[in-house]
Amino acid sequence: MMKRSPLVLGNKTLKDVTDDICAPVERFPSKGWVGMFLGAKTLLLFYIGILASVVGVGIGLLGVNSPVFWGTMIVTFVFWIGIGHAGTLISAVLFLFRQKWRTSVARTAEAMTVFAVMTAGLFPLLHTGRPWLDYWLFPYPNQRGPLWVNFRSPLLWDVFAVSTYATVSMVFWYIGLVPDFATIKDRAKNKLRRTVYGALSLGWRGTAKNWSHYEMVYLLLAGLSTPLVLSVHTIVSFDFAVSNLPGWHTTIFPPYFVAGAIFSGFAMVVTLMTLVRIGFPEFKNYVTLDHMEVMNKIIMTTGMLVGYAYASEFFIAWYSGNQYERFVFINRAFGPYGWSYWIMVSCNTIFPQLFWFRRFRRSIPVMFVVSILVNIGMWFERFVITVTSLHRDFLPSSWGMYAWSWFDTGVLVGSFGMFLTLFLLYLRLFPAVSIAEVKPVLHVGYDDKGGHH
Amino acid sequence: MAAKYTKGIAGIWLEEAQILKATRKVRESGFTKFEAISAYPIHGMEEAAGIKRSWIPYVAFTMGLAGLAGGLALTYWTSAVNWAVNVGGKPFFSLPAFVPIMFELTILLSALSSVGALFYACGIPRMDPPVIDPDLSCHKFAIFIPHNDNGYDEAKIESMFKELGATEVKKTEY
Repeated sequence: MMKRSPLVLGNKTLKDVTDDICAPVERFPSKGWVGMFLGAKTLLLFYIGILASVVGVGIGLLGVNSPVFWGTMIVTFVFWIGIGHAGTLISAVLFLFRQKWRTSVARTAEAMTVFAVMTAGLFPLLHTGRPWLDYWLFPYPNQRGPLWVNFRSPLLWDVFAVSTYATVSMVFWYIGLVPDFATIKDRAKNKLRRTVYGALSLGWRGTAKNWSHYEMVYLLLAGLSTPLVLSVHTIVSFDFAVSNLPGWHTTIFPPYFVAGAIFSGFAMVVTLMTLVRIGFPEFKNYVTLDHMEVMNKIIMTTGMLVGYAYASEFFIAWYSGNQYERFVFINRAFGPYGWSYWIMVSCNTIFPQLFWFRRFRRSIPVMFVVSILVNIGMWFERFVITVTSLHRDFLPSSWGMYAWSWFDTGVLVGSFGMFLTLFLLYLRLFPAVSIAEVKPVLHVGYDDKGGHH
Repeated sequence: MAAKYTKGIAGIWLEEAQILKATRKVRESGFTKFEAISAYPIHGMEEAAGIKRSWIPYVAFTMGLAGLAGGLALTYWTSAVNWAVNVGGKPFFSLPAFVPIMFELTILLSALSSVGALFYACGIPRMDPPVIDPDLSCHKFAIFIPHNDNGYDEAKIESMFKELGATEVKKTEY
């Protein structure tokens, strides 16, 4: 039989697991956490200011103008939605495949999903320019006669896909948290904590009958989230692919977008997990180097998938014999936005290849840098797709450039403030590793006497 | 939700293997209303406690179908009946274009209803249920037999629990 390396290091007992995972929630926050939180919060306040100006003055503050009508808002929306995908993938797809290593990272990855989708969701709403009318996006009986939304539009499919995705991932995450909230409640030393976590735990009791239903619902949610996660980025890609614009009108978009989403999502999980391991050293026994290595392998694989997609787009542009298509792709690589194309290609297809070497796959500094490069590359991928396709279309008389303003920078940078603030609060208030899911896999990789294989 | 709790007797164990063995024994002794409590789902517990497969998938499936039908009905009625608008010459009833909406509503209704069913099945949310021992959500395991179960006899149960390796036996309510 193949020997397995332990999923949890340090020969932990059940009580150790509870103590370790509850520790960050129960102790006073460290200086490092407070510093990072204040930084993130300042960035969030700056973001709120930027968004208030954009809403108050109008989206003319951003660089969107003829011919580039989709800019930072849409680019960053697709970027953040993509980040979310790794969370659902780890929690749902790997659950269905019975990948036990997921237990240590699933909770934090799901939290990342929820916060990334919240961050992403704001962008299309603000991009409309009149966010106070955004409720028009939903089909509801209204007083304007029989006036309904256009269900034939991919933009409306997006409304349904993203709101369903947000709802289901939040529910999935919360259901996973319920038994752990009960654990924290039972350990609570003061009344306030007991009441708050008691309410969050919904009065969970952990009887065998409860667990039986609970496991079934968890399986169902995993089974439902799996096609959901694939559908979300597929539908986001339809926003582009269903148009007739060269550079967007591509059948490879749905799988290519999904692969890119998983790629960037896993990169973000690795970035955050390296930070969590530094900030909370007790988690090193749960999120081990083996876990990081597996995620790096996934980053490398999906990196090659997107590399394949880049190549295939070029091939089809040539093979189709369509001169507009050919022009767009040559322009993409060698035109005025060529620099963004080469940032994308180098960050997404070259640097992840380092992970062919075990030494780099298991090196925290290397994986941290590569994961950040991947995220930069994936933001540029969305920038390349959106902006380079729009700035040169069929008629040279309608060509133009995207007038990037510092409000665009503010929106992009500020969104990280929102995401990080939520994420840092999560790390302090919620158990960051699933206590109830780690306990059953404690014995994996140990023999009967408690030694390693 | 107003909750009613019953008095009974509870034994507490420290090992997963012991609680499985004890649960099997309690069930074989003819008790049917007992509860086995643990901090995490235990492999083999359903079989030991004689718990039937959860009925929640039926709810999820039915509500999924309802979501699918609802999505079709909504898109068809609004786009082809109530407000038929010619969009680029596409048919009023453009089924392929409605598939994403139908799909998303299937998932949404199915997921939310299965969570609703979980709440119903577990009797949650409820405020502050009685706790037999705070360590039960950490590293201890318990079996609770309510006073109205078949052949309830405190002395006998207590000695049975002790025999099965319980570290503690408590008269309590749950």
